[in-house]
Amino acid sequence: MPVQDLKGQKIWQRRTGRESISHWIMWLIGVAIFAFCWQRISETTTWFFVWDAPRIANDIWTRATPPRWEYITQLGQPIWDTLNIATLGTIFSLILAVPVAFLAASNTTPSRYLIRPIALLIIVSTRSINSLIWALLLIAIIGPGVFAGVIAIAIRSIGFCAKLLYEAIEEIDQTQVEAITATGASRWQVMAYGIVPQILPAFAGIAVFRWDINIRESTVLGLVGAGGIGLQLSSSLNVLAWPQVSLILLVILAAVVISEWVSAKVRGAII
Amino acid sequence: MTEASIRIGQPWRKPHFIKRPWLRWTLLLGFAAYLVAAYMTVEVNWSRVYEGLERGKKFVLAFTNPDFTTRSSDIYEGMVESIIMTIASSVVGIAISIPIALGAARNIAPLPVYLICRSIIAISRALQEIIVAILLVAIFGFGPLAGFLTLSFATIGFLSKLLAEDIESMDKVQAEAIKASGAKWTQWINYGVQPQVMPRLIGLSIYRLDINFRESAILGLVGAGGIGATLNTAFDRYEYDTAAAILLIIIVIVMALEYLSGVIRARVQ
Repeated sequence: MPVQDLKGQKIWQRRTGRESISHWIMWLIGVAIFAFCWQRISETTTWFFVWDAPRIANDIWTRATPPRWEYITQLGQPIWDTLNIATLGTIFSLILAVPVAFLAASNTTPSRYLIRPIALLIIVSTRSINSLIWALLLIAIIGPGVFAGVIAIAIRSIGFCAKLLYEAIEEIDQTQVEAITATGASRWQVMAYGIVPQILPAFAGIAVFRWDINIRESTVLGLVGAGGIGLQLSSSLNVLAWPQVSLILLVILAAVVISEWVSAKVRGAII
Repeated sequence: MTEASIRIGQPWRKPHFIKRPWLRWTLLLGFAAYLVAAYMTVEVNWSRVYEGLERGKKFVLAFTNPDFTTRSSDIYEGMVESIIMTIASSVVGIAISIPIALGAARNIAPLPVYLICRSIIAISRALQEIIVAILLVAIFGFGPLAGFLTLSFATIGFLSKLLAEDIESMDKVQAEAIKASGAKWTQWINYGVQPQVMPRLIGLSIYRLDINFRESAILGLVGAGGIGATLNTAFDRYEYDTAAAILLIIIVIVMALEYLSGVIRARVQ
């Protein structure tokens, strides 16, 4: 215990002298890095605009309120598109993620040294690139529209779904699998009767959870031209129609809240 | 007759995942109806898709031959800006979210403070980064300051919520022991609460750093600084080899961060 002996009187301290010095140096380095970063940001900022920001914010607020409620009649189709992007994208991604998850889980993978790293690479690379970037890429390849959005969401979700699913596969109860194997079941039968029933609740939970996230992400995909309500948002922003922007933002907020509520209810029912 | 005697002699059938038949059939039928409706309304220009496959192939091939050199100065500047935004916003975001997390933990904060902090968290979580970035770019002008503010704001919702949940599930006994020794409120937090949640806080902070880096890559699309602007330009000009190089750098940095966070979390826990 770090105790300081001060003229025969012992005082408890939280850290030893060495520890406190190393802590102090770590804080110093951290603060120095932050100061450097802040300086770089500050250099590239036009501070005049920042000091002017409250006035601009106030200006935008007065322009944006009240929202243009009649515009909601034109938002039906974009909302339906957004829902389709999220739902179809989730379905496609689950179809792709299931085999990847089985290849990545260390207890079901056919080859631990060859196939498993490839599956893990697929998981990491699809997860680390945002759906907006996938959408940009797919628009350059297959043209703007809802389909590009669906594929972008599908690719982006593979990593997330496969990661959670392979963790669920690795945590299954091995005794059930052994019991099925002992009856003389083939590899596929073991899969269908030993593994799948154990991961089905996790699978349903992951599907709904990802669907909720995908609703969120698909609302903004239109900003780069991949369909959905984001298209309306970007065109309204381009013509500075702030009352329409505020209405669209309210609709997006409502969609996010509703989808979160639905997903929480469904997951609560499963678990 | 008991249930068992009915079943004797019948072959075993796999139980269904959803046990109530009416619920199962409504869900299935509803799902099928939705799929049909979606299929009817989603227009796919298949000839355009078919034409695009050629470009898709070119892009996939570009990954085998990424071009780091032609636009190296643009890539370097964008990357440095992204990293700087990530670090600065993580530091500020974490610093702000700690008091909010304390306020949002029901076992520490009184009810009015709790409600205020919870509503801050709810607002921050409901707004997507990219939408916040659009608004902040409109208000503060182009550049990394808008991106920095966006990421800090998004960090608050994420970190405060998870940290508050951890504080709420802490061991009360230790905190009470500190209180019983006559500690002031600050001492109570410092010696009773903080040591219990520190491992989780460090883990979450590093996880958030990772997320902030990923998000900083797209903020450039709306003018909020970072590598996104360079990436967007590369796509617009069909320079797939440069785009592939940028994506590879992002993937490598994310993988490194994930590995680092794994090591650090294993050490603190």
